[in-house]
Amino acid sequence: MVKKKDYTAGLPDPSEIISEITKQYPGKIAKKRKKAMVSNVPEEDQEIQANVRTVPGIITQRGCTYAGCRGVVLGPTRDILQIVHGPIGCSFYAWLTRRNQTKPETETSENFIPYAFSTDMQDENIVFGGEKKLKQAIREAFELFSPKAIAVFSTCPVGLIGDDVHAVSREMKEELGINVFGFSCEGYRGVSQSAGHHIANNQIFKHVLGNTDRERTGKFQINLLGEYNIGGDAFELERLFEEAGIELLSTFSGNSSYDSFEYAHTADLNIVMCHRSINYIAEMMELKYGIPWIKGNFIGAGSTTKTLKKIAEFFDDAELTKKVAEICAREEAKVEAVKASIKPKVEGKTAMMFVGGSRAHHYQDLFEELGIKVLSAGYEFAHRDDYEGRHVIPNIKIDADTRNIEELSVSKTENEALWRQDLVEKKAELEKKGYEFSSYEGMMPQMEKNALVIDDISHWETEKLIEFYKPDLFCAGIKEKYVVQKGGVPLKQLHSYDYGGPYAGFEGAINFYKEMERMLATNVWKLVDAPWKSEPEIVGSMTINA
Amino acid sequence: MRKVAIYGKGGIGKSTTTQNTVAGLVEMGKNVMVVGCDPKADSTRLLLGGLAQKTVLDTLREEGEDVELDDVVKRGYGEVRCVESGGPEPGVGCAGRGIITSINLLEQLGAWDPKFETDYTFYDVLGDVVCGGFAMPIRDGKAEEIYIVVSGEMMAMYAANNICKGIQKYAQSGTVRLGGLICNSRKVENEQEMIEQLAARLGTQMIHFVPRDNMVQQAEINRKTVIEFAPEHPQADEYRALAKAIDGNEMKIIPNPLEIEELEKLLIDFGIAN
Repeated sequence: MVKKKDYTAGLPDPSEIISEITKQYPGKIAKKRKKAMVSNVPEEDQEIQANVRTVPGIITQRGCTYAGCRGVVLGPTRDILQIVHGPIGCSFYAWLTRRNQTKPETETSENFIPYAFSTDMQDENIVFGGEKKLKQAIREAFELFSPKAIAVFSTCPVGLIGDDVHAVSREMKEELGINVFGFSCEGYRGVSQSAGHHIANNQIFKHVLGNTDRERTGKFQINLLGEYNIGGDAFELERLFEEAGIELLSTFSGNSSYDSFEYAHTADLNIVMCHRSINYIAEMMELKYGIPWIKGNFIGAGSTTKTLKKIAEFFDDAELTKKVAEICAREEAKVEAVKASIKPKVEGKTAMMFVGGSRAHHYQDLFEELGIKVLSAGYEFAHRDDYEGRHVIPNIKIDADTRNIEELSVSKTENEALWRQDLVEKKAELEKKGYEFSSYEGMMPQMEKNALVIDDISHWETEKLIEFYKPDLFCAGIKEKYVVQKGGVPLKQLHSYDYGGPYAGFEGAINFYKEMERMLATNVWKLVDAPWKSEPEIVGSMTINA
Repeated sequence: MRKVAIYGKGGIGKSTTTQNTVAGLVEMGKNVMVVGCDPKADSTRLLLGGLAQKTVLDTLREEGEDVELDDVVKRGYGEVRCVESGGPEPGVGCAGRGIITSINLLEQLGAWDPKFETDYTFYDVLGDVVCGGFAMPIRDGKAEEIYIVVSGEMMAMYAANNICKGIQKYAQSGTVRLGGLICNSRKVENEQEMIEQLAARLGTQMIHFVPRDNMVQQAEINRKTVIEFAPEHPQADEYRALAKAIDGNEMKIIPNPLEIEELEKLLIDFGIAN
């Protein structure tokens, strides 16, 4: 049985556990890992090491560049037929595993999410090159499904043997008359999946965004960036926007469609949810079209209200402001009712979160609402600005791994009709009043004093920290789940939500509260004791000098 | 069976030297197999009389899984068994992986079955050891004896030194050893002394000095080895001597590659820089 620690007087100084953890590492590695561990002082600017290579041999949580590009950013889009150029495993193990949902416009509308398209490269294609097979796959997919667009994703061997997915895509685009574009997102391209996000952003911006200039259909047009509709999150947000009369043009990329990407540049405002994976598109859209962006968060009822009101404030329309206030009041009341029954049961419990590039921050709002204390948190693939805030961006060292990823140079559109001078002026005006655009303060200012912030946590560190903090809940992903649970601590997956969700918006908050009640107001995990702790699994004897 | 791989800078004369040496071994009554590991598939041309041969990889591609040993092995001069690994056209795919696939397939098909009573297998490998695939013949004990064809030209020596680095790497974990340098003369000044010196520094020997002779070219145009085309010519005796030296070679070592400065100094000392 795990004995709980008392944190009512504040969090303990973690320096001791940091040195205990790092003393197990060889000197150079200890030095490197120490830079990724910070004992938080919320009011101070503290530097944390992030987005650097994982030390080989350390069990990391991170995924590959291909996973970030194909899985995270493009995966949730239903009607771009996505062909993975590579051996079958890269497709199979990425097939429907992220639990992003989608709702086609009609029953017969295209939805390729349930499929896994792969060129299934064989030894022969490695030796002689796989371009012919890729062309064949694209033609076959076109004949069978006649999609609007086809995307091609490169896996590791494609980069090694030099198959040119971009040249093949261009050729096929010409031949088939639909948009075909490729991604050089070989798994090894970056230090984590973060590189894949950037590559995905670049190619969508180059090949899709801005292809059709749709006429305005709504009074208030926005895009939601970095919302991937895990467990139906986007559906809940769509419900809120619709009721408020805000036209959600496109989500990048939860419950998204190809067409909506094409006219996303006709929006008035971009709301960035996951700052890490999608800020690139937000910034490129501002440079090219003058569309401003704000950071939003819909995880937690309070954050949802705050973000909705901030959007209303931007549009500064009496009717919209009233409507948003009405919705928030009504929904908050529903949330409050549930919270009132659950909070007393979970208040004072403790959690640790090591996940994503934004989630470890966003979910702190939900925990705060329930009075659950976050002891330690970190990201898998974030950069320093996600921890410390965007003001550090000019000071981030651009290393060789970052330079390895293309940085698009974007300039103002030549089409005057598309350049939103009105928005540029509106932004300037609002900024004078203290409205914050293009700003993100990062995770660390929100965390408590002495909270331990760790980037790219390793398995060894995870185990030691659980021993040290004895949290009531651990949040990570599938790779960590069972090891942690066997240790007697329940684990909530914040990538896939296990089998739950949505957790965004007001309904999402209610779902999450109920989930916390289910996981925390039970004793079952405290009763878990590994059998080998009381009884030996193997009995052996040793004979010396027999 | 002795398993020999011939390496060396591109264009140095590996294929010509290999085939002529093999012809010499055949005259000595040896049973030899030659595996060409160059995507151009021209390592057995002189032994086969120019006959274009279907490569292992092409056969694999066309026949699918249903490949027989006879589909890829062709008998040439003196019953030498000739195989061409083959590979992709230039600039496409991965030739290195092709060599791996091809040698694995030959093993699967029983190319080295004891019934063939093979005395020697020669791997004729493309150029430098540029990647893992081209090191295939020296990995996992596939080739155990390496001879590097070299001349007194700087880049050839540079390549030879690089190949030694590859051998050293695999020698430490496996059975591969360097048997010596074969100097294929380019009529560079002090060439023999310089290569002997290079060999000594590497810890090996210059196993033979093959003089430059137009007869080699003539025989090649006629798609034959010198030994077959002009058996009485002195150049044929050079290759016979090389074959004999290899057959009797007992000196198999792990090379100590030179630092680049040391290599350059060697060139200066022997007057190449003047």
